[in-house]
Amino acid sequence: MSRAFANRIKKYYSFYTGAFVMFVLALAVAEYMGMPDQWIGWTFMAATVALYAGIGIVSRTADVTEYYVAGRRVPAIFNGMATGADWMSAASFIGMAGTLYAKGYDGLAFVMGWTGGYVLVALLLAPYLRKFGQFTIPDFMGARYGGHTARTIAVAGTILASFTYVTAQIYGVGIITSRFLGITFEIGVFVGLAGLLVCSFLGGMRAVTWTQVAQYIILIIAYLMPVVFMSYQVTSMPVPQLVYGTVLEKVTEREEEIMADPAQATARDAYRARAEEIGRAIAALEASGSNGESLAQLRRDKETAEAKARPIHHHAEPFPGETEAERDTARLNFIALTFCLMVGTASLPHVLIRFYTTPSVREARESVFWSLFFIFLLYFTAPAYAVFAKYEVYTNLIGSSIVELPGWVASWAKLGLVKVEDINGDGILQLAELTLNPDVIVLATPEIAGLPYVVAGLVAAGGLAAALSTADGLLLTIANALSHDVYYQMIDRQASTTRRLAVSKGLLLLVALIAAYVASLKPDTILSMVAWAFSIAAACFFPALVLGIFWQRATREGAIAGMLVGLGVTLFYLVGVKFYGMTKWLGITDVSAGIFGIPAGFVTIWLVSLFTPAPDRATLELVERVRYPSLRG
Amino acid sequence: MQLTERHRKYWRANLRLTGTLLAIWFAVTFGVVWFARELADIKFLNFPLPFWVGAQGALIVYVLLVRHYARRMNELDEEYGVAEDGR
Repeated sequence: MSRAFANRIKKYYSFYTGAFVMFVLALAVAEYMGMPDQWIGWTFMAATVALYAGIGIVSRTADVTEYYVAGRRVPAIFNGMATGADWMSAASFIGMAGTLYAKGYDGLAFVMGWTGGYVLVALLLAPYLRKFGQFTIPDFMGARYGGHTARTIAVAGTILASFTYVTAQIYGVGIITSRFLGITFEIGVFVGLAGLLVCSFLGGMRAVTWTQVAQYIILIIAYLMPVVFMSYQVTSMPVPQLVYGTVLEKVTEREEEIMADPAQATARDAYRARAEEIGRAIAALEASGSNGESLAQLRRDKETAEAKARPIHHHAEPFPGETEAERDTARLNFIALTFCLMVGTASLPHVLIRFYTTPSVREARESVFWSLFFIFLLYFTAPAYAVFAKYEVYTNLIGSSIVELPGWVASWAKLGLVKVEDINGDGILQLAELTLNPDVIVLATPEIAGLPYVVAGLVAAGGLAAALSTADGLLLTIANALSHDVYYQMIDRQASTTRRLAVSKGLLLLVALIAAYVASLKPDTILSMVAWAFSIAAACFFPALVLGIFWQRATREGAIAGMLVGLGVTLFYLVGVKFYGMTKWLGITDVSAGIFGIPAGFVTIWLVSLFTPAPDRATLELVERVRYPSLRG
Repeated sequence: MQLTERHRKYWRANLRLTGTLLAIWFAVTFGVVWFARELADIKFLNFPLPFWVGAQGALIVYVLLVRHYARRMNELDEEYGVAEDGR
């Protein structure tokens, strides 16, 4: 039966992919015939959101297993695509290439961290969680460590890690819709919210899974297409991942030329002078005891000017720095960040619960492979995006006359994503005079490559798919932790199926509204806190999950203490460094706080477990049951 | 239920496989990063080697590790008679 089901699904999605390609081609023809850009943007948004809504309505369900884990019959390959869409957020789709453009080699911590984490998921967690076969991550904590305490901490950790994350996704939806539809940001946020709820509200995990598969197909086509064209134009080879090494060599040559150019130095000197001037203004304000807001703005301006005054480093140079100590700290931070992102990936509840939805342990293992493969397609393309964009900027922009810059600069400058300032007044663009928002790399590549507007619309639809799919997975995770773990498991064990689902849906709506409201306030802190989700989830869940499976002796008291200590150390370091100017330990930045919290969690569980009575027979049997796909004797 | 010697062997084989693959994962990620500055002059496919490993090589290794684990474990399930019934 499951074979036939898989084949039917395969047929549906092949047909769907074909139809989507035809739809894009038809729009391209319409554009050629004179359809205005704004219409193309609207058509893309309306068509894709209607599609997601359609899948949501078709997949509506009133069955608990269907609602929470899609009936546990999602074939490995489709669960892989759904996990890919679930995983790749607006930040991965739009922001990652820009981060790589700005940071060069040091940005690769994200590429490795966000893929390497799946090795941990595959080897240490996914098959065992599938064998355990319940609904949520707090479920596992509750069953393995007994009682409500471990479950409650896990619920708190789930909400802490997922809520800021979902807010950032809704924020991303607002940015994309407002940019491409020409509506205000606040309305964009609530349009995005509607798009989210149509998928998850009626059908829970089942609807979210099948929409995520559809969203993955759109986002990967949208991500690959512009850079494939650009690669073809620059190198006459349409495989950007293979050929960007030669482009990187050209970028390196250009970097040498730029560094040797005296005009570049005058621009940097002008910024250094400005930084010093702002520094004097800050000192004067501080002396007069003036208010904080304008002072904070001046400090940011000073930092920007200082960054522009610094000489550039080669794109592929690892850990650039002025001194040996600075370089060593950069290396340590790279390693700490990679480690936290990897362990965090293997601890984020919305990723882990996806492996409850496969039909068997066997397919859960295969499914992690497919997930990683589908994620890999995007992540190993992102560095190519960055290098091609850098090549374009360094060869065709820098050194040309400011009045003759290409059209895309002006169109993105209007939206504030590109800034050009002729600080040394020579009428020529120097590198320091150009400011690029990281998002612009992916968004502007279609225009840089001279592709029709349809491709820009496609990229926007892809970004929207990435943001919506991640937000859906996160919303469902939060709502399920509250409805299943708090309401059903702790408050009312007798609740009927209808009642449980009603509570679930009510909470989903509530969480979505709160998240949309918070996003519409555009809070700076929330956005910078997203990167924290990885350290928080990693320190709270990873030690207790892994030891719960691999070490039978781990006790309830050990796990509770370990989760609290891990979470506590991480939060203490994050908040201390970020808000109270605490001295950094070994120079590690706040984002990588998990590097202290994760080992603290492991050591605490180990020590406390040794000093508390061993787990009872039932718990030991649970661990045995989880370790073997089937126990028949 | 009582675990048999065969079950224990299966679990030890699983731990050996998991340990070996994690060691490769660790070396490819953190080993290369640690020596990145020293390796930067080596060229591979026109890329400086550490850049290539970070951008592509390590990722390819991760995919292969997970694939190998899935295959090998599914075989081990059959060998030790702990595979699930039917599919």
